[in-house]
Amino acid sequence: MTTAEAVDVRPAAVEVHAVHKWFGAQHVLDGVELTVRPGEVTVVLGPSGSGKSTLLRVINHLEKPEAGHVSLNGEPIGVRRHGERLKELSERAILAQRGRIGFVFQNFNLFPHLSVLDNVAAAPVATGKLTKPEAQALARDLLGRVGLADKADAYPRQLSGGQQQRVAIARALALRPGVILFDEPTSALDPELVGEVLAVIKDLARSGTTLVIVTHEIGFAREIADRVVFMDEGRIVEQGPPAQVLDHPEHDRTRDFLSKVL
Amino acid sequence: MSDSPGVAVSSGTAATAETIPRPEPAASAPPPPELPKKASASATPPKAQRVLPLRRPGRWIATAIVLVLAAQFVHGLITNPFYQWDRFQYWFLRPTILDGLLITLEVTVYSAVLGLLGGIVLAVARLSDSPVLRTVSWVYTWLFRSVPLIVVLLFLYNFSALYQTLSLGIPFGPAFFTFDENRLATDMVVAVVGLSLNEAAYAAEVVRGGLLSVDQGQHEAASALGLPKRYQFARIVFPQALRSIVPNYVNQLIGLVKATSLVFYVSLLDLFGSVQSMGSTYPGDIVPLLLVATTWYLILTSVVSVVQFYVERHYSRGALRTLPPTPLQKVRTGLSELRARARRETAK
Repeated sequence: MTTAEAVDVRPAAVEVHAVHKWFGAQHVLDGVELTVRPGEVTVVLGPSGSGKSTLLRVINHLEKPEAGHVSLNGEPIGVRRHGERLKELSERAILAQRGRIGFVFQNFNLFPHLSVLDNVAAAPVATGKLTKPEAQALARDLLGRVGLADKADAYPRQLSGGQQQRVAIARALALRPGVILFDEPTSALDPELVGEVLAVIKDLARSGTTLVIVTHEIGFAREIADRVVFMDEGRIVEQGPPAQVLDHPEHDRTRDFLSKVL
Repeated sequence: MSDSPGVAVSSGTAATAETIPRPEPAASAPPPPELPKKASASATPPKAQRVLPLRRPGRWIATAIVLVLAAQFVHGLITNPFYQWDRFQYWFLRPTILDGLLITLEVTVYSAVLGLLGGIVLAVARLSDSPVLRTVSWVYTWLFRSVPLIVVLLFLYNFSALYQTLSLGIPFGPAFFTFDENRLATDMVVAVVGLSLNEAAYAAEVVRGGLLSVDQGQHEAASALGLPKRYQFARIVFPQALRSIVPNYVNQLIGLVKATSLVFYVSLLDLFGSVQSMGSTYPGDIVPLLLVATTWYLILTSVVSVVQFYVERHYSRGALRTLPPTPLQKVRTGLSELRARARRETAK
């Protein structure tokens, strides 16, 4: 499986190693193995309850896996190697690692009591990466990039869902992460607002940012994905280029799912 | 589809004859929805028919009854010699009363601040991952919510009899610091410590409730951005929690203002204490003295309520699309509405 490493000298952007996760008796992730190359756009598809969102949350350690681990550019996330074994990191160390992984939520989760500008500028200041004026300049720049330069002083609740999600993307970009994870970024949006958010994500994909996207937008996946991953019952059923997985799926489960959503 | 503008105008003017202009009268061929509006705007605008507000005679009757009752009450308050308003006037600003008021204020402010700080610490401990902190916090809250405040105060008051000196050191071993209890524990300190200990237990639950009311997504977003723990609490979670903490804590605070009257039992002459002691010296003035105390407590509560309004308004920023108007803004909009209506009447 990992023979590709010998060809590409750079370490994988994200590597998921035999990750298992249980919620009570439910085996949500069952030995998931996934490698995401730098600059690659990976779209994860699958029926609800298949473990897609949990996989994303394990990658930035919002959920701790019970077994296995995730590494970012070769460095384990949330754990450190101690001889043969893996030891849990302190919360402070995990928080420091999170700065390198952007996360965009289904429900945006903007901070409602902060202005749009402060939402974007907060993290670089709080983590000591930038001074306040630098962070605000960066925030204005990023807001311009997602087409919301004029909304800097608004509060999140004054914006439409699509605008809020674009602010959330700018907020994730403010830490200049190596990879950005999108957890169903358009599922909470009215249909007419989906396009503006997808356009921003497309723009990111073209600029060579590493993206992992959980979505139900099959057309979008076909358009931007370098690789489509299909999950079911906590396992990766198949993966490959969109033309292969979406048009000539090998497994019945994938075919069945696609026939329902297309 | 090939409607000429002329047709659109005629359909627009037809709409003006009706009461309400509808964008789709649509008996004939459907005109483009934009056109009739524009056309009718250039011609005579359709008159919107005024909706007359519902008459509510019951309200007028209820108002009359309430006014009569209120007048009777005020009349009784003024004319009944039992209240001795001249004596009320005499006592209201007496230095003994004002000294007492000052003590009440001091005790309230110190205990409110210390109680809130203690409550925040207890709430954070209660919600922490550490089972030790969670247990300690739970036991503290359980204990101080169970023991009556007056018992806590009297116990602390007699504390110096139980322990003459307080020392900091190793149990059964040497002491590093020793304090003389009698010098440390003035009546004021006993009162503030007692009230704060009690207040912290209740404040802990108020703060915990507020912290729990903040959406889990906020914790996750803060965590996903890698914000340091302290920043997450101080800048993201706590400010949002304050929205529900403030009204509950103000409720608690008003209870505290009145609970300070118990410090009288640890020989501190607060507002109620001074009234009580003056009452025993001048037994004939007990009613006006009680009225003096009541009036001052009313004033204190009113001040707290006004402050509450502005604090709540401050913390609702971002949670509401438009902030509730301040009383001054209400008066202003009321006046400008009246003026606008007057102008409309004269224009008719």
